[in-house]
Amino acid sequence: MSALTPVLSAHWDEKDSFTIEAYTRHGGYTASQKALAMDPDAVIQLVKDSGLRGRGGAGFPTGMKWGFIPQGDNKDHYLVVNADESEPGTCKDMPLLMANPHVLVEGCIIAAHAIRAKHAFIYIRGEVTHIIRRLNQAIEDAYKAGHLGNGVDLVLHVGAGAYICGEETALLDSLEGFRGQPRLRPPFPAIAGLYARPTVVNNVESIASVPAIINNGAEWYQSMGTEKSKGATLYSLSGHVNNPGQFEAPLGITLRQILELSGGIRTGHSLKFWTPGGSSTPIFTDEHLDTPLDYEGVAAAGSMLGTKALQIFDETTCVVRAVLRWTEFYKHESCGKCTPCREGTWWLVQLLRDLEAGKGTEEDLAKLLDLCDNILGRSFCALGDGATSPITSSIKYFREEYIAHITNKGCPFDPVASTLFVGAGV
Amino acid sequence: MAYSSEDLAIMDSIVKRYPRPRSAIMPLLHFVQSRVGFVDGEGIELIAKILTLEMAEVSAVSTFYTQYKRQPVGEYHVGVCTNTLCAVMGGDAIFAGLKEHLGVENDGVTEDGKVSLEHIECNAACDYAPVVMANWEFYDNQTVQSSKDLVDSMREGNPFPPTRGPDSLVTWKEASAVLAGINDGRAHEGVQAGAPTLLGLKISKEGK
Repeated sequence: MSALTPVLSAHWDEKDSFTIEAYTRHGGYTASQKALAMDPDAVIQLVKDSGLRGRGGAGFPTGMKWGFIPQGDNKDHYLVVNADESEPGTCKDMPLLMANPHVLVEGCIIAAHAIRAKHAFIYIRGEVTHIIRRLNQAIEDAYKAGHLGNGVDLVLHVGAGAYICGEETALLDSLEGFRGQPRLRPPFPAIAGLYARPTVVNNVESIASVPAIINNGAEWYQSMGTEKSKGATLYSLSGHVNNPGQFEAPLGITLRQILELSGGIRTGHSLKFWTPGGSSTPIFTDEHLDTPLDYEGVAAAGSMLGTKALQIFDETTCVVRAVLRWTEFYKHESCGKCTPCREGTWWLVQLLRDLEAGKGTEEDLAKLLDLCDNILGRSFCALGDGATSPITSSIKYFREEYIAHITNKGCPFDPVASTLFVGAGV
Repeated sequence: MAYSSEDLAIMDSIVKRYPRPRSAIMPLLHFVQSRVGFVDGEGIELIAKILTLEMAEVSAVSTFYTQYKRQPVGEYHVGVCTNTLCAVMGGDAIFAGLKEHLGVENDGVTEDGKVSLEHIECNAACDYAPVVMANWEFYDNQTVQSSKDLVDSMREGNPFPPTRGPDSLVTWKEASAVLAGINDGRAHEGVQAGAPTLLGLKISKEGK
């Protein structure tokens, strides 16, 4: 038996997998029929019982989130799907939507029924033209087939290039037609979300996991995964490996297992550092090959499961260069609302540029950590916190490499050696 | 430019998608780009009028998001991912190579107006790194040479098709219409997935 458990990805290898015909051929839209015949509270209970947790990074129990929506309040409720996938390294929702947009549409129908919402929105990042086509077509076809429009309306909302809109309250501001800037919480979206109405915001993979749970039951879902991290999920392997790609496996699989299945680190090279769940999660090293990749296992080892974006870097990669580039990203994407993040990320970039260029000092290294202290936990949202993760974790594991840049008065690495086409003459 | 009555009808239908009109501001900005190529003063004014907002409010939104351009871009807008993973695996070399090859800097446009160049952040295709986007379509597993060939094909007026996308590359304005939510009837074109997307499924079918 395979260590992998394709559920979401089970039919992606069929050429027409994205069409409504292919989806219904494999039992698509039977889960929504089943759910619509159930009491909404029973649907919420089923999802609670399954143990499904948010796949967007935080791992909050999905059913519990739905249960926070006040019932019988005579207010409009909204379901908003976060398809803004932009966390560096994260590449699971976009291929999912390219190969099978209907599973998300069906998940929306079920979730909207459960939380008693008549309107659902999918907020998708704007830089993915063909996936927007596929999703738009799927919504059109679901309307034509009568799955949408009879109790729930679904609107695709296309973003315009702002990482911050992946943060749920910034996403809501953006969807309301404002600059995407995070809101102070409380009130949480469950009480005052879109248009200040009770709103559930869920990641694509979370909602897409629901139809299979409805059809196969909570026990089936519980049978996969670990004690507190139930079910299967998409792990995205990228970087210096022989074969990158998507691997749907029970929570708790290890990087060593995924590498053994997929063909390992780039031939002739060795693992240096990696992210378990995107650039905002503290980096790991080869010490962590056997860390169970579930919410608890990764947290116990000092990082976060995040989006399960396994970005692999081998020994040719300069960790200071990698961290500088991530830091430049956070500085560029800081929305500017909170001073510690806006100013702090700017100063982080200045110090790291100097360090990478060999113009830094050991005092700069201390200053870098002090800046991180003054950013972490001091802003409305987690963007600034995320910016500190690669810095503090890389200094923890690779302090001597930072020092080498200082003593060498420059970067000791050849950037060509880390490229995919090294030696190919291109 | 003058907006036709058909354009105005489309803009009205965009507003009607939402429970509250102001939510339509982003698709309306994409729509303006589909007609003009960028967000100009006239477009801002028109959106403000449709949504009964101040022009400053529309400007404030349009300048927050990097996909809304304040001056014309090329017919084919090329984005090279230089976030860490793509950069390390070749994105930096590709971006440097394209700047030199096209004779433009970041955010520059070639003199013939065909190609513009921008370094972009992670585009959610890391298993296909290094990644280049054109009009926000995927060009996977690029090298310095393949990306130079790609922009050459654009300047010759016959761009290579995307790796995972429609059978041929649409123009910047045509892509902007898709982002405004207008169906161009091409969703069925192209592959459902590339090989990396399917790797886990393939391995599991082999029983490993």
